[in-house]
Amino acid sequence: MAEATSELLKTADGRPLKAALAAAQTRARRRAFLLVLPLLFFVLLTFLVPIGYMLKRSVEHDGFAASAPALVAWFGANPGFDPADPPEEAYAALVQDLARMQGEKTTGIAGTRINYSVPGTISMFKKGAREAKDLVPPFKDALLAVDPAWAKPALWRGMASASNAYTSEFYKVAADMKLSDDGWTRGGDKERIYLYLFFKTFLVSGIITVICLLLAFPVSHLLATLPMAKSSLLMILVLLPFWTSLLVRTTSWIALLQEQGIVNDMLVGLGLIDDQGRLTMMYNMTGTIVAMTHVLLPFMILPLYSVMRVIPPSYARAARSLGATSWTTFRRVYLPQTLPGIAAGSLLVFILAVGYYITPALVGGADGQLISNLISFHMSKSNWSLAAAIAGMLLAAILVLYWLYDRLVGIDRLKLG
Amino acid sequence: MALPTYASPLERAWYYTYLVICGLVFLFLIAPILVVIPLSFNAEPYFTFTPKMLDFDPEGYSLRWYDTLLTLGHPTPDAPRDASWWSAVWERATWVQAAKNSFWVGLWATILATTLGTIAALGLSRPEMPYRRLIMALLISPMIVPIIIIAVGMSFFFAKACVAPDSAMGLIFGFFLSEKGCLANSHLGVIVAHAVLGIPFVIITVTATLSGFDQSLIRAAHSLGANPRTTFFKVIMPLILPGIISGALFAFVTSFDEVVAVLFIAGPDQQTIPRQMFNGIREAISPAILAVATILVVISVLLLATVELLRRRSDRLRGVTGR
Repeated sequence: MAEATSELLKTADGRPLKAALAAAQTRARRRAFLLVLPLLFFVLLTFLVPIGYMLKRSVEHDGFAASAPALVAWFGANPGFDPADPPEEAYAALVQDLARMQGEKTTGIAGTRINYSVPGTISMFKKGAREAKDLVPPFKDALLAVDPAWAKPALWRGMASASNAYTSEFYKVAADMKLSDDGWTRGGDKERIYLYLFFKTFLVSGIITVICLLLAFPVSHLLATLPMAKSSLLMILVLLPFWTSLLVRTTSWIALLQEQGIVNDMLVGLGLIDDQGRLTMMYNMTGTIVAMTHVLLPFMILPLYSVMRVIPPSYARAARSLGATSWTTFRRVYLPQTLPGIAAGSLLVFILAVGYYITPALVGGADGQLISNLISFHMSKSNWSLAAAIAGMLLAAILVLYWLYDRLVGIDRLKLG
Repeated sequence: MALPTYASPLERAWYYTYLVICGLVFLFLIAPILVVIPLSFNAEPYFTFTPKMLDFDPEGYSLRWYDTLLTLGHPTPDAPRDASWWSAVWERATWVQAAKNSFWVGLWATILATTLGTIAALGLSRPEMPYRRLIMALLISPMIVPIIIIAVGMSFFFAKACVAPDSAMGLIFGFFLSEKGCLANSHLGVIVAHAVLGIPFVIITVTATLSGFDQSLIRAAHSLGANPRTTFFKVIMPLILPGIISGALFAFVTSFDEVVAVLFIAGPDQQTIPRQMFNGIREAISPAILAVATILVVISVLLLATVELLRRRSDRLRGVTGR
């Protein structure tokens, strides 16, 4: 019945109303999308493409594949060779490629590629390439005379794997696996540096999140329950750190916490510690945690405050009048109502903490470094592929957290001040 | 929350403890920012209060570190301070150069982020916008994705994003790019990177302002014969201007404070204040950094005051009472 009526309805120019409405909505959708398009294009070009390019670098490295054609061809023809004892033709191809690398000056880049999975190979490649053109058959014995390490099965496995430009090796290295003579194996406990640092980063971020929550909860409650004029004034104390340069805040924490700093001077002045027993609170994990808590605290206070502000005080009063103690009122009535704010603030602080770079780099010393600092370290050592792989793993973790944030809190509820 | 008259002594004790805890947290928040101000007037090259400073002896205080900001990198720092001395400060002093770079990069990044972000926010706040949630998630992500990942990606990509200097593209864009015609080591590269980082702030503030915006005003303007341009400048813009300005200020502060992307993609010509501070803290830490920090604190106080006034005005215009 309803359908029959709507078919009868027509616009002034005789078109069915339903079709005209659909056309108008399509136009409106297109117009809205066109407004967003320039920014989408800009973000695509300057944000998504660079990150995509970085991810590509984390699985692609043709440093060896492009400069060792003879060996690549031999590996292609003999996929099932025994890395423990490669035949003479393989060594012949290797020597031919080494001579070619010397001519084309690609020894460094090829050696670097193998060096990711088999450490210590750059110098072997350089030495081998220098002497390659003087070597005579049988090449196996000749090359092993230059350096017996050329017979290492791990090296041959590494070269066979590197003959393909696309590889998951960098992720394996970033997951603390190493290429031994028997193939990829998990490193011993002492070699698990990368996963350990990931674990440490998450642990430290968790600690910072909990500290932030404990510090933010009473303050947000005070701000939410004070009269507006007073709370606006106090809010400035929360927002000012938010607007102050990160480097300024880091600098002042150095001034406060270093060994000859203000906090230690005060403690000595008050006689709480003696001059020799000054506390080491800077250039270690303590410095990182204190400075990062200070930086991230406003990100916890603001969402908590905006949730607490709209909790009606009558609920708590009702609970008290029904005989609940103040602790029960807090635990069973007030706290559950603040959960959305706790979730929003904690997730945001945790996400921001996991990717933190500047503060640990400046005040963390050797002990207080996080995963971002490791990425930066490998960038500075030109281990670009490994840096990209670690960054790829960090990105995956962040995207999961971001998705969780969107599901639990909603991105549109993100507010600033 | 005042204490009710029937509160027990235990509750009273707890209430005052709670106030003390809050006071300590506020102290924790604000003390590190205030402490740099007196320290920057230190007469000695120390990072802490000297006994003379604690005695409020005028000799313990000086402006020497502010003077360092003018003379570092100056060809003739001890010459008489005439017009040519000051012009050398303007042209050569390291910190002044860094400030000029920071200002121009921040200004252009802000213009780019605010223009693109405001237009996009207009589209995003229309009810008929398709894939709204997904696009919002993408546009906010530069704030969420760790800056080191963005910087690494950009350092890889910007080194490859080059045009031949003698091509048509090179003639148009060459001035903004590095000598090799690349985005890496160029002012444009830093501007673009900072614009991306500022976009989430513009999107968040402008969409928040637009959420209280009555969309029927647009239809009313159209029905009265205004074209889209007139509608934007005469109807929409005046109402959302406070949101746009606070978004722009956020974007500017983001750029003005950004150091990681600069470390990874900028060359020696793009020395900015944060980069100079970062290197200063890492290498030789001198109270000159505290003098810069003090100036930055004053700037952030001014910016915060501006944003607060704008928000109050915006709330008043939209008929929202209170905060």
